[in-house]
Amino acid sequence: MTSKITYEDVEVGTELPVQTFSVTRATLVRYAGASGDFNPIHWNEKFAKEVGLPDVIAHGMFTMAEAIRVVTDWTGDPGAVVEYGVRFTKPVVVPNDDQGALIEVSGKVAAKLDDNTVRVDLTATSDGQKVLGMSRAVVRLG
Amino acid sequence: MALDQSFVGRTYPPTEPYEVGREKIREFAEAVGDANPVYTDPEAAKALGHSDVIAPPTFVFSITFRAAGQVVEDPQLGLDYSRVVHGDQKFAYRRPVRAGDRLSVTSTIEAIKSLAGNDIIDIRGDVHDEAGELVVSALTKLVARAADVEEGA
Repeated sequence: MTSKITYEDVEVGTELPVQTFSVTRATLVRYAGASGDFNPIHWNEKFAKEVGLPDVIAHGMFTMAEAIRVVTDWTGDPGAVVEYGVRFTKPVVVPNDDQGALIEVSGKVAAKLDDNTVRVDLTATSDGQKVLGMSRAVVRLG
Repeated sequence: MALDQSFVGRTYPPTEPYEVGREKIREFAEAVGDANPVYTDPEAAKALGHSDVIAPPTFVFSITFRAAGQVVEDPQLGLDYSRVVHGDQKFAYRRPVRAGDRLSVTSTIEAIKSLAGNDIIDIRGDVHDEAGELVVSALTKLVARAADVEEGA
């Protein structure tokens, strides 16, 4: 495993580059196929509204997959991720238009741990709402 | 109705091996829009010390969640899946999943709680390779919302 960031490079409070991810209905259909999660709340507006949702929502696991990219793009090697966890707090609502929704993710080094690892705390928001809570990754640096 | 606490600690039989293919990893990486070549180019993966292309960190959920179906659909446990939402998800990795892996999942019920009428169940899926080595553990918290609560989350 080879991280392009070294342990000595970072301090508690070091900020990772912010990224914004776009998600449209087409993104969700594609993710459903790739992941095997065909729950209709992620592609069928009528069904989503019948179960009390405002509209079609993104797969929580899609948001989780995007958020860790802030870490893996920073280190270069996704194999350096040792732990990763999130809480799904609010759904990402995806309207039926060309714009879809945006998920903005930022990350900050929260602790320097043993064995060249650091804990990164992530913040993910969509439409001004925090969509992930307790979002943390432990990653091994070079 | 609260779930039976005696199910805590119950372990289900390991699943039949899932063979991780390069093209399935590519499909997943493209679906999340991640162009990191370590997912698609074996040479790029080797340059980082991996023996073949590796999978994005959350890829393994498709495998562990299917395995968790043994728990979710256990008629003796009696979880009402129509009311279940995904609460938390965690992964603890020993090494990344890579193409060519044959992965088997053993699911264990770690905890059962009842909170304000909601049933909360923690399922751990330990993912082992063909050599029997632990690759990753997935911790999935499912919340079965109380039948009389109307909310969209």
